[in-house]
Amino acid sequence: MRRRRGFVFAPNLGNMRKFWDSSVGKKVVMGLTGLVLVGFVIGHMAGNLQIFMGMERYNAYAKLLQEDIIEVTWAVRIALLVSVVLHALSAWQLTRRAWAARPVDYALREAQVSTYASRTMRWGGVFLALFIVVHLGQFTLGWKWLLPEFSRGAAYGNVVLAFERPFWVVFYLVAMFFLLLHLLHGTWAVLRTLGVAKNAAEPLARRIPVIIALLVTVGFSLVPLGVALGVVR
Amino acid sequence: MSGTMNITLKVWRQAGPTALGKFEEYTARDVSPEMSFLEMLDVVNEKLVMAGKEPIAFDHDCREGICGMCGMMINGAAHGPSKLTTTCQLHMRSFKDGDQLTIEPWRAKAFPVIRDLVVDRSPLDRIIQAGGFISVATGSPQDANAIPIGKPDADESMDAAACIGCGACVAACPNASVSLFTAAKIGHLGLLPQGQPERYRRALKMVAQMDLEGFGGCTLFGECMEACPKGISIDFIKRMHGDFIWGAISERPEKAVLGSG
Repeated sequence: MRRRRGFVFAPNLGNMRKFWDSSVGKKVVMGLTGLVLVGFVIGHMAGNLQIFMGMERYNAYAKLLQEDIIEVTWAVRIALLVSVVLHALSAWQLTRRAWAARPVDYALREAQVSTYASRTMRWGGVFLALFIVVHLGQFTLGWKWLLPEFSRGAAYGNVVLAFERPFWVVFYLVAMFFLLLHLLHGTWAVLRTLGVAKNAAEPLARRIPVIIALLVTVGFSLVPLGVALGVVR
Repeated sequence: MSGTMNITLKVWRQAGPTALGKFEEYTARDVSPEMSFLEMLDVVNEKLVMAGKEPIAFDHDCREGICGMCGMMINGAAHGPSKLTTTCQLHMRSFKDGDQLTIEPWRAKAFPVIRDLVVDRSPLDRIIQAGGFISVATGSPQDANAIPIGKPDADESMDAAACIGCGACVAACPNASVSLFTAAKIGHLGLLPQGQPERYRRALKMVAQMDLEGFGGCTLFGECMEACPKGISIDFIKRMHGDFIWGAISERPEKAVLGSG
């Protein structure tokens, strides 16, 4: 039955409260904010790749974001901050509920079809949140203990200086591995969370999500790898 | 046919809802491969009774895979290793001589253990009571094709209606989520014309009830679908989410509480 009856837009505080209290409502919030974040990482990854076009181009891109269209940048930052907070809050609350739903665990329960990616969403997400703080501290806020040579406005130089240290290369690659896992499950699950996926003979099969996840994480990883391998210097 | 086999069972024994449970080991001797899993347990229980001990309590009724009573976790898989089967339809030929089997009740806060392997699945009934029905007098049965229903819709509705309420989806879910059950009940009514008037309100109410019962939320692990003896697709969960979202946007708050029939 595809025909929907006449649309009655009837949200009110009571309904919105019920929506947020519901496990499905929280999951929808997690999915919608996740979509915002997926959109962001795709754009961020594409922007980063300009580092392979030389220092001038990259620093000009940084100047564009941090000076020329700073109002837009702030709007995006606020949207991202709200998204991350809601994403993590709903995840945290749903995780608490899930843990409470099985107070006595099985002596033996074998995962049958769930992916490694789906089982690492929670702790992987915690790691990604920590990564975001470190990453912002390093390249945006200029925390000296993370990058002593940080110099405002010299985006290209900051990146090269950071990734000349093997520790940061490894750290970022590990973070991208967790992002890969997070995207592998998240980009697949979100369409089901929002109820918009099509029925499928094998609903667990993932095709486009694998492409998106690989595209984003490989694209991001090229930057530290490029510096480590001496392509970018 | 091949000979009999000996199987070691590690069974969860719990005298009552509040009693402390523990695993106990039993050996099932001379098990025929043609036996069903429950028949094997029957034989073990006969021996226990003859030895003056308490038999292992487990739920069972039809023993033909349609009543949904015989749920238990066998070696970490709901209803055991065979796909699309209930425990009663699982046969001992799925195992081999010398196997060690861990048998546990469904584990969920909403499914308290009554005794040994028997759990209380009445939360499933309450989820249906919350909205898994059509509240109009349907009268006596009319001609089968009086209301035209497209075959794809009829088929899909029947796929959902195959749910026997065994609770394996909850048992297999790492979150102890009852989403697949609830979604199947929402889906099989929501796909038919008779279910349309209450479609979105039904989703809101049944989702609210499943939360109230203390089940976890869905994270789309997919384990439920694999454990389901009727092979119900997680696409129904997607459908439930869609109905829920639409309901949250478009349903007016209920005004009449008392005497509203």
